Amino acid sequence: MTAALRRHGPLLGTALVLIVLYAAASLLFPGFASLYQFAHLFDDNATLGLAAVGMTFVILSGGIDLSVGAVVALASMGLALLMRDAGWSIIAAVPAVLVMGAALGAGMGTIIHVFRLPPFLVTLAGMFLARGAALLLTAEKRIEMSGHAQIESLSSVLIQNFNLPAMVFLAAVVIAWATLRSTRFGRTVHALGSDETAARLMGLPAASTRIGVYAVSALCAAAGGVVQVIGTGAGDASAALLLELDAIAAVVIGGTVLAGGRGSVLGTLLGVLILAIITLVPSYHGSLNSWWTKIAIGLLLLAFVLLQRLSQRWAGQQT
Amino acid sequence: MSSATRQLIWPLAALVLLLAFNAAFHPSFFHLQVQHGRLSGSMIDVFNQGVPVLLLALGMTLVIGTGGIDLSVGAIMAVAGAVAAAALRQEAPVALAVAAALGACAAAGLWNGALVTLAGIPPIVATLILMVAGRGVAQLITHGQTMLIDSDSAFTLIGRGVVLGVPAPILIVLAAALALAALVRLTALGLFIESIGGNEQASRYAGVRVGSIRMAVYLLMGVLAAIAGLIDAADIAAADANNAGLYLELDAILAVVIGGTALTGGRFTLLGSIIGAIIIQTLSTTILSFGRNAPVELNLVIKAAVVLIVCLLQSGELRRLIARVWRGSP
Repeated sequence: MTAALRRHGPLLGTALVLIVLYAAASLLFPGFASLYQFAHLFDDNATLGLAAVGMTFVILSGGIDLSVGAVVALASMGLALLMRDAGWSIIAAVPAVLVMGAALGAGMGTIIHVFRLPPFLVTLAGMFLARGAALLLTAEKRIEMSGHAQIESLSSVLIQNFNLPAMVFLAAVVIAWATLRSTRFGRTVHALGSDETAARLMGLPAASTRIGVYAVSALCAAAGGVVQVIGTGAGDASAALLLELDAIAAVVIGGTVLAGGRGSVLGTLLGVLILAIITLVPSYHGSLNSWWTKIAIGLLLLAFVLLQRLSQRWAGQQT
Repeated sequence: MSSATRQLIWPLAALVLLLAFNAAFHPSFFHLQVQHGRLSGSMIDVFNQGVPVLLLALGMTLVIGTGGIDLSVGAIMAVAGAVAAAALRQEAPVALAVAAALGACAAAGLWNGALVTLAGIPPIVATLILMVAGRGVAQLITHGQTMLIDSDSAFTLIGRGVVLGVPAPILIVLAAALALAALVRLTALGLFIESIGGNEQASRYAGVRVGSIRMAVYLLMGVLAAIAGLIDAADIAAADANNAGLYLELDAILAVVIGGTALTGGRFTLLGSIIGAIIIQTLSTTILSFGRNAPVELNLVIKAAVVLIVCLLQSGELRRLIARVWRGSP
C-alpha cells in the first residue's frame, strides 16, 4: 500500500491540483466548463505539450534539453520554406522536418554521450545553433502560410472541437506512454536515470539510449513546430521563446523527478493542462494579468519540488 | 608555470585570436578617441556593453565553484531595474532606490540559497523557480510596461556617468572584481568554496560550514545581479521587465565555462571568467562591426560553435581519444 502510494503519489498530487484548478475555474468563470473550452486547452498548448512529452524522456534519463524552443522555431521555418519556396507537398515536407529535428537531437545526444559533456551546455549550444539557423534561413522572420491550400485544409480539421494539433499532442502522449512502459528502450531510459553505472554493468545499451532520448526530444519539438504552423498559419523564427522553461516546468509539476529515473508522461500531460489553465485564467478574469501566470507557475513548481523532497526524505526514513 | 596560469592559456589564446582577427580585418576596432570628455571606440564598447555579463559571470563563478548553478540571475536583473524605477517614480532619493533594489535582490539570492541549503533542492531546479517567477514579479512592479526613468535623474549616472574619461559601469565592474577577488583569495572563503565543490561531504566532516557558505555565495550572486540590473536600467533610463537580462544567465554560465571553471564545481578562476565574458562580448561586437555584411543572427551560430569547441577542448574524453589515436594503439 505504501509502496503503491509512493509510486503513484506524485501523479495523484498533480491530478488533485488539476481537478481543483479546473473546478475552481469552472465555478468562477461561466463558460469555462464547456467542451469547447476544454478542447482549447489542448489546441492552444499542443506545441508546449509535444515539447514537454519529449522533455519527459530526457529528464527521465537524467538529462535536460534547453534547445526545444529553438527547434520548434527552426522546424516551423523549415516547413514553411519547403512548402512555399521549394514547392514541396506537405506529405514530403513534414517527414523531412521531423527527420531534421531527430538528427539534430541525435547529434547533441552523441556529443553528450561520447565526450561526457554536461547536457546543459551541449543543448544550450544546440539552442543557439537552431535559433540562429531559424533566423538565418531567409531574410524574413515570419512566413505567412495561412493562404496555403494544404495548410488551410489541415487547420480546418475538427473532431468534437479538437483540432489537428491537439490530436497530434494526444497521440504523442499515448505513444510515449506505451514506449516508456512496454519497450526495451523505455525501460533503459528509466534505468539510465536511476543509476547509470548499474545500467551499464547490467549490459544495457547506454549509448543508443542516451542518443535516443535527445533524438526523441528534438523530434517532438520538430512536431511542435509543425503543429505550430498548422495552428497559427505561419512559420515564425522567433516563436516558442523560453518554451523550454515551460516544458521543464510541466514535466516537474507532472511529478517527474529532475534527477531522473522516476516519473511518467501521463503526469506531464496533467502538468501541461495545469499550465494551460493557469495561462488561460487571466483572459477570463479582468483584474488578473499575465505576470500572475508566471508567479503562479513559480509557486506551483516550488510546491511540487518541496513535495518531492519531503517524499524522498520520508522514503529515506522508511529504509 | 603554475597550474592556475596554465588553465588560463586556452581562453587567453582564444581572446588573442579574436583580437588578431579584428586587427587584420577591422583595424578601426582598436581606435580609441575622446568624444565629449569620454573615451570611445570598439574596445570601450566591448567593456561597456559587456558589463552586465561580466558582473553576472563573477558571481556565477563562485556559485559554480560550489557545484551549483543560478538560472535566476537574468530575472533578478529585471527585478532590480523594476524596484529602482518604481522607487524613483515615488520620488524616492536615488540612494534609497538603489538600496531598495539591492535589498530586494539580496533577498532573492537568500531565497535561492535557502532552497538549495535548507530544503536540499538541486540548484538547477531551485533557481528555475525564480527564473520563471522573478520576471513575473518584475512585471508586477512595472505593471507589464516599460517604466521610464527621468533621464536627468542622478540615477542614470550609474549607467551613463563618466569618471576621468572612463564610463562608470567599467569602473563599477572593476571595483566589484577587485573586491570579490580580495574576498575569496585574501580570506579562506575561496578555499572553502572550492572544497565544497570538490567534495561536500568531506568539507562538512572537516568542519567547513557548508550551509552558511552556500547561502553567502547565492546572496553575493543576487547582489551582483542587482548591480548588473541597475546599470542596465540606468543606461537605457527605463526598467524593461520583459527584456532586461533576458538569456543573460546563459551568457554568464558560458563565460564561466569558457574561462576554464568546470560546471562540476571545485577549482574556479575569477580571472578566467572575466576573460570568458570579454570573449563573448568581443564576439558580439566583432559581428556587429561587420554589420552591413553579416546579419546579427550569425552571432548565435558562432556562439554555438564557440561553446561546443570550448566544451570539447575541456573534455577529458576527447583528450584521451586524441592521445590514443596519437600513439596509434586501439
